[in-house]
Amino acid sequence: MTLDELVRRVAGVLPPGAVITDPVRLRTYECDGLTHHRVVPGAVVLPESAEQIAAVVRLCNEYGVPFVARGAGTGLSGGALPRTDGVLIVTSKMRRILQVDLENRRAVVEPGVTNLAITEAVREHGYYYAPDPSSQQVCTIGGNVAENSGGAHCLKYGFTVNHVLALEIVTPDGDVVTLDADDPGYDLLGAFVGSEGTLGITTKVTVRLSRAPQAVTTLLAAFENIEQGGQAVSAIIGGGIVPAAIEMMDALAIAAAEAAVACGYPAGAGAVLIVELDGPEAEVRRQFAEVERVCRDSGAFELRTAAEPEERAAIWRGRKSAFAAVGRISPAYIVQDGVVPRTALPQVLASIDRLSAEHGIRVANVFHAGDGNLHPLVLFDDAEPGAGERAELVSGRILDLCIEHGGSITGEHGVGVDKSRYMPKMFTDDDLDTMQLVRCAFDPRGLSNPGKVFPTPRLCGEVPGVRKGVHPLVESGRAEQF
Amino acid sequence: MDVPHENTPRPGAEEVLRGPGAEEVLRGPGAGGAMGGLSAKEALRATGVTIREAGSGDAVAGVMPRWVALPESTEEVAALMRVSAGHDLAVVPVGGGTRLHWGNPPERCDLLVDTCCLNEILEHASGDLVVRVQAGVTTESLAETLAARGQELALDVPLGGATVGGVLATAVAGPRRLRYGTARDLLIGVTVVLADGTVARSGGKVVKNVAGYDLGKLFTGSYGTLGIITEAVFRLHPIAPARRWITAELPAPRTAATGSEGSGSPMGPGTVEGSGFPVSPGAVGVALAASQAEPSAVELDWLAPSGVLTVSALVEGAATEGRAAAVRDLLGGMTGRPGTTGESGEWPVGSYGVAEGDKAPDWWGVLPGEEVLLELRVPPSGVDGALRAVARRGLPARVRGSLASAVLRIALPPETGGAELAGFVSAVREESGPLGGRLTVLAAPHEPAPQVDRWGPVGTLPLMRRVKERFDPDRRMSPGRLAGGI
Repeated sequence: MTLDELVRRVAGVLPPGAVITDPVRLRTYECDGLTHHRVVPGAVVLPESAEQIAAVVRLCNEYGVPFVARGAGTGLSGGALPRTDGVLIVTSKMRRILQVDLENRRAVVEPGVTNLAITEAVREHGYYYAPDPSSQQVCTIGGNVAENSGGAHCLKYGFTVNHVLALEIVTPDGDVVTLDADDPGYDLLGAFVGSEGTLGITTKVTVRLSRAPQAVTTLLAAFENIEQGGQAVSAIIGGGIVPAAIEMMDALAIAAAEAAVACGYPAGAGAVLIVELDGPEAEVRRQFAEVERVCRDSGAFELRTAAEPEERAAIWRGRKSAFAAVGRISPAYIVQDGVVPRTALPQVLASIDRLSAEHGIRVANVFHAGDGNLHPLVLFDDAEPGAGERAELVSGRILDLCIEHGGSITGEHGVGVDKSRYMPKMFTDDDLDTMQLVRCAFDPRGLSNPGKVFPTPRLCGEVPGVRKGVHPLVESGRAEQF
Repeated sequence: MDVPHENTPRPGAEEVLRGPGAEEVLRGPGAGGAMGGLSAKEALRATGVTIREAGSGDAVAGVMPRWVALPESTEEVAALMRVSAGHDLAVVPVGGGTRLHWGNPPERCDLLVDTCCLNEILEHASGDLVVRVQAGVTTESLAETLAARGQELALDVPLGGATVGGVLATAVAGPRRLRYGTARDLLIGVTVVLADGTVARSGGKVVKNVAGYDLGKLFTGSYGTLGIITEAVFRLHPIAPARRWITAELPAPRTAATGSEGSGSPMGPGTVEGSGFPVSPGAVGVALAASQAEPSAVELDWLAPSGVLTVSALVEGAATEGRAAAVRDLLGGMTGRPGTTGESGEWPVGSYGVAEGDKAPDWWGVLPGEEVLLELRVPPSGVDGALRAVARRGLPARVRGSLASAVLRIALPPETGGAELAGFVSAVREESGPLGGRLTVLAAPHEPAPQVDRWGPVGTLPLMRRVKERFDPDRRMSPGRLAGGI
């Protein structure tokens, strides 16, 4: 069998123990953070270098076997879902920080390094790595590159794509290539980041290090309802302030967080807003006074300020625990990720309320209010017949709302397998076909993480007049040309 | 919101020149290529788009097109592209025409698609800090509209009359790249028309969006070789309530001719010797970039090889006074000369010192030259070495650009000969390469063709070629304009 033969040859190019075929061990890798999609991989490999990844990819090409890259497996869209007929390439053994270069404000790291480990390596020097997805303690930088991860602070500082200066990648046909922000011509680096593993595998990442801000101040504002909170957000942004983060939680999300971590948010709050400002001390001080005033004017009934790290952590505890916390108030839930223009937030939240009432499905709302990125948590009881389906329906309708309001079906979790079916609602066939031209350029055989992002894979075909000579399939006697 | 904008036509564009052969029937690839037996020109006219004969002002890096089309919508561009596909016409898009002389000359050019009439600001969603524009909108008219609501596209385009599409296609950025990034960082959605007339869109109207591939990134820096950008959506920033520029002069480098600090005169002969700079410009850039006063930009202006170096930092936003003072102290400490505060933008010119004001130096955000223009990128630690490499050539070179981001533009005198330029380029590449440097020739005279490798080694060339082959298999979009003949 092709896969068996491939696995034998792969074992020959990897260190001992780097190939997993034992069915029990393979099951460890059957899903990522989106656990309701499960596929046991055909084989798992744990390479230690770009050369080893390139060798595995070349062998996959030789046998026409698909491959999927995986970091820590924390993704929430099934982007690292394996294939039974394919090889899962796990970067967990490639976790060295190769270089920290403060003078040039950059670090060079292997793809399996966790997001937070970069910050930890440079914090004592007054630097940090800006993108901070909430899984940052465990998620890998390679996965961040694949998903173009954001985080609570991307409102001011941008996403992974804005903080990666160069990448070493293994292309889907097994070449090791460096993509550099300073390269002239097409921004291939920018196109690669966020391509969800469909254009190749990251083997080395040069990240930009940011100087830690002089001052950070965090405010927790409690409102009676979400409309007041939304009004405060609009007034802050409208006033020309770009906070590092503005997060909002509704009453149900607050209740869940209280149950889980006893975050002690003001009692009776229908919504809480977390506003974080950072930058030069004098600027933060001035803007903070303005933010406090705006919150009071919008109806905030309690304000708490944190200037010290411990106080700040206390404010963030509730927000950061929110996803897991809903487990305390619901047996099962779906984490949704959609984006609307920030000004459409009030309308969309009202519509979500209606959907919720109509289908008898509770929805807890947690969102990055500053950039309109919603994370509705759709709660249901999986023991109740039909509840799962209703929750799926509500969850999908929320994405429809995002599209109707000119937003996006995903702000940071990616399309993966989970949302490829929604892509045709957001994009035309021509849009998707054009995107797939990029795929065909990088991966004409469609071996790199196939079945993700696009609902219908494109058959790439040959480029007219480009490849000369006899087709390899013809040459090997496996195909005839008419 | 529909706001029509008057854009100035490119100089010389109205000088109509009727060349022979304009009426000839062009054969498409293979039988029946010419659509319905119409000549290419008739077919172009049948689209309803305004078509004119090309004039002397329409040349692209010295190559004269036959016709110029003035479409007003994405659909009209698509119609033009379908006709061009049917008649095998080579197409070059043009915006303000400010950088038509950049890049390689196209291998051929039949149709110039002038985006001057794609000049509407389609939607300024100020509450969302987002703007959607047609590609032919000039950055000035966009700035004017946005400023009316206290917002800006933080791009500092260094060329007057440049259009949004042209800025994207050539990926130029100005001083505040340090804080806001470049065009690719501010672009959140794009509409493009491909060589076969396919209209494709990616991204959208929200800043945070990871659905699908980012075609906008791909088209940024594409020099028109993948298709035509017809619409763009940008994220905006509030205009800072205050701006302060802190400017310092660093002593000129020691040169072989004087054996001491340079004269500061542009006539100063000789080349830089030894360690070169009495005060390291690289160290100044690194220190300012790391300052918690958070300057938005740190720029350098220097007439190599022996002029005084001027460094200017911009602090903007709230509480600028205190932050400017911090930058001033830092600069004063490094240059060994305590700061003096100039009144309303005045600072002592010609004497070393540190000054501060609310006006930018007159060279701020302006390209150092036009005709022979190079771009040198290097990691900040390599700035001194790269500057020395420039100075050692002995040519009077105006060096200007971002010191903190280490993206410097170099202008050589217009009369610089081909061989001289080629020598300069290869020597600077050789010296700055080991420092991580990359030198690109943005503009240089095409006739007589100098022996200059404009792009230098490009490691991603094979991948770029594969992208080009997929997007434009017949090589009709600005063929040859980019590195490696792409």
